[in-house]
Amino acid sequence: MRNNYTYIFFVYVILALFLLVPSHAGAEKALKKASFIPQWSPQAQFAGYYVALEKGIYKKYGIDLTIISGGPDRHPTDFLKNKKADFATFWLSTAIQRRSGGIKIINIGQIIQKSALMLVAKKASGIKTYTDINNKKVSIWEGDFAIQPHAFFKKYNLNVKIIPQSYSVNLFLRGGVDAVSAMLYNEYHTIINSGLDTDELTTFFYYDYGLNFPEDGIYTLEDTFQKDPELSCAFVKASIEGWLYAFSHPQEAIDIVLKSMTQAKVPANRMHQKWMLEKMEELISPENSQENIGVLKQSDYELVAQELKKVGLIKAIPLFKDFHRKCNSHVQK
Amino acid sequence: MFKNRGIAFKLIFFFCVSNALIFLLILSYNYRFSKKMIEKNVENSSKNLAHSTVNRIEIVLQSVQKIPENLAYFFERGSYTKKELLELLRTLVERNPEIYGVAISFEPYAYEKNSRYFAPYFCKDGGKIKFSYLGNESYRYFYLDWYQIPKELGRPSWTEPYFDEGGGNILMATYSIPFYANIDGKRQFMGIVSADISLEWLRNMVSSIKILKTGYASLLSKNGTFITHPSKKLIMNESIFSIAEERGDSGMRETGKKMIRGETGFFPYKGVDGQECWVYYAPVQSSGWSLSVLFPMDELMEDIVSLNRTVLFGGIAGILLLSLAVVFIAHSITKPLRAISKAAGEIGSGNLDVELPSVRTGDEVGRLANAFHHMQVSLKDYVTQLTETTAAKERIESELNIAHDIQMGILPKIFPPFPDKPDALDLYAMIKPAKEVGGDFYDFFYIDDSHFCFVIGDVSGKGVPAALFMAVTKTLVKATSAGDVDPGRILTKVNSDLCQENDACMFATIFCGILNTETGEVLYANGGHNPPLIVGSGDEATFLEVSPNLVVGAMEDYVYKTDRVALKPGCAIFMYTDGVTEAMNERDELFSEQRLQEKLNAIQGKTIREVVGGVMDEVIFFAEGAPQSDDITMMMVQYKGGN
Repeated sequence: MRNNYTYIFFVYVILALFLLVPSHAGAEKALKKASFIPQWSPQAQFAGYYVALEKGIYKKYGIDLTIISGGPDRHPTDFLKNKKADFATFWLSTAIQRRSGGIKIINIGQIIQKSALMLVAKKASGIKTYTDINNKKVSIWEGDFAIQPHAFFKKYNLNVKIIPQSYSVNLFLRGGVDAVSAMLYNEYHTIINSGLDTDELTTFFYYDYGLNFPEDGIYTLEDTFQKDPELSCAFVKASIEGWLYAFSHPQEAIDIVLKSMTQAKVPANRMHQKWMLEKMEELISPENSQENIGVLKQSDYELVAQELKKVGLIKAIPLFKDFHRKCNSHVQK
Repeated sequence: MFKNRGIAFKLIFFFCVSNALIFLLILSYNYRFSKKMIEKNVENSSKNLAHSTVNRIEIVLQSVQKIPENLAYFFERGSYTKKELLELLRTLVERNPEIYGVAISFEPYAYEKNSRYFAPYFCKDGGKIKFSYLGNESYRYFYLDWYQIPKELGRPSWTEPYFDEGGGNILMATYSIPFYANIDGKRQFMGIVSADISLEWLRNMVSSIKILKTGYASLLSKNGTFITHPSKKLIMNESIFSIAEERGDSGMRETGKKMIRGETGFFPYKGVDGQECWVYYAPVQSSGWSLSVLFPMDELMEDIVSLNRTVLFGGIAGILLLSLAVVFIAHSITKPLRAISKAAGEIGSGNLDVELPSVRTGDEVGRLANAFHHMQVSLKDYVTQLTETTAAKERIESELNIAHDIQMGILPKIFPPFPDKPDALDLYAMIKPAKEVGGDFYDFFYIDDSHFCFVIGDVSGKGVPAALFMAVTKTLVKATSAGDVDPGRILTKVNSDLCQENDACMFATIFCGILNTETGEVLYANGGHNPPLIVGSGDEATFLEVSPNLVVGAMEDYVYKTDRVALKPGCAIFMYTDGVTEAMNERDELFSEQRLQEKLNAIQGKTIREVVGGVMDEVIFFAEGAPQSDDITMMMVQYKGGN
């Protein structure tokens, strides 16, 4: 008996050596350097990327990745344009405008499928349905954050007094405005954790009003993609794997995010990040199916582009086939 | 369970249990009462502490608020040049240590028609006063909280506190006031006067509040964010709501809502660090913050707990002492009791000389011991007496026995009695004396060669007198019959002798017969005795006809008649005393003459020895073990005819 076990033990040791040595050597040889910038400072909105980095998923896909911390004064499109970063995330609406503006960026993966942008109002201010917003003070962010609200007000013929909104929701909390713009994964939770219960609030998701502008997507320059399509697609795949790992290991994912936040000297609140990760799962995988993760639907693209054209932000709609690359099919080749 | 336990155990058990129960009741009442008292005191002192702290904060806040308020008032009312304006701002920053920076920020194009931003700003920077203009495309101050909130609300407002990252991580908040201008008779919003105020004094003030060892005060912002807290990681990062969310504690969230609504309250609560606390919270009205003071419950209760602990130990010690006392008392009661019980056992087993424990107390045990002692003495006396009496009785009894033996001894017992004359007659007699000395007797003797006298009698009464009377009677009969062959005369003579000096009025029944051994004729006289039976003539046993005569010794000068009967050879006379016919069984039935007759008939033809023995067996069998009350005497004389 003892001899048998000894034999099996040796077989395992030898197998392990065979498995370890070549893969390690191979990984060293094949790693390609790449950099990535998310559109904001570290938080669970980008948990998938930080988790994929921390858990060695990028390495597994042959990428030696550097994540550049995003922030208010760091525009990822500029980073792409100036080749300071190989990959970046930003909104679909932003991307269409930049593409239309001549920057040759392409979508290689649409991470957020469902728009998280919303309006939040206090029921106490008399807002129960969208018609109640009429003649109310509503604060909205500027830029691409303003496209959906404006379309929404126009669509429902709402006469609204718009107050520019900065980073905080305090104006809303103090009663300076009747409704405030919020991201489901961020400001909405801030409002809740400033002492307003969900049943005291009325929420309007643009998604529910035919204005689903998918948000965070992964972008790269066309020529970066042309040069090494495998790298781009490996990045997308690794990122999606990172997201899936984060969803199935939320505690670990939050720990990783909090660590990145501390390194970036951003105030870190565990419950807020937990909320954010939970909401990201709803937004990234709305039907809870892994198949559509990362896929940019043409219908979504057309809706956003049409709306941009309608409000004059773009003159012509870029062709869908030029705008995106399907990494699924590419990698399969 | 307790039934067979000793008194000491029961005493200790019930004493200790009831005492412990009472003690615990008192202790718990005491604890509850003092807890309530402490709660009341804590409520008062926490209330006082919170309000006095809030007042101190308010005084400082209101005094620093005055500066931008005055400035705003000045801008609204006064006219000023740009130089004067800047000088005023610089002076304010210079002269007010709490004021970190002052800005006056105008609405777009409100100060100068061609300038979108106009916001001169003076602030402290490393001991110097730094001047700058706020506002550019990347810092559009119109959209910031400190500008927007007072603008939209139309009243002064404190921002949420923040850390000034440039100025050495100082906790700050901005107090801003909208100011207006009268343009064309209309009050028009012009901009905001804002003062950045260091809250370090506030942080120090609140942090310096130490309640006992671990209690503290904490300040929450209008959004519920921790402005001060002993735990650094909470400050400006966590809110009471995020903590409540983390803990899943909806009660805490509710409290947080009350706090930011500006309410006051007092309640027992689990603090942010998890310790049990009493919390009192009160609002800082001017800034909308909420101050809470946390009194640690365990520390507050520490004194009571330690007091209770002491009381508890004291109580336990007391109960132990009490137990010892109970043991002692129980022992002092049960020791003599046990000794008495042991002595009583020995007394019970007969040792009356056992020494009783000496109990000097006058209590129940003492009285019991005395009673026992008395009992012992009495018992001893009684037993002595009894011993003496018994000895006397035994002596008498033994004398009686001797008398009885003597009495029996005077009855002839050798059968056949006349072995030298075996052909004339045969005789057999048997007496089974009762326990007491009885008065039955029989006798037989030859008066001369051809006359054989036989007598059976029964003296009245029992005991020694009867025995003596019987001896006298027997002797008299024998003496009187010398030479006389007439039984009537013999009895008449015996009667007159007995009657003389018969003060005891005793008497006897006597059957006296004289058999002529040559003829078989029997002369007989019966003095009140049971009539004998004639047996063995081939016919049934028949009672002998007797003349009715008085018992012997009853009446002087009475003359007894003599009867006669002729016996055929082989015939026999069966005589007996009333011990036979009056033998009784357990059912109080008499053996009776009839049964006797039947028995005699049944055993006809047997030897006289067998007949007498048979009747005796029958009587004993009939009595079934019932105590024999009278002597059983039988005598049988058989005439053989040959001389």
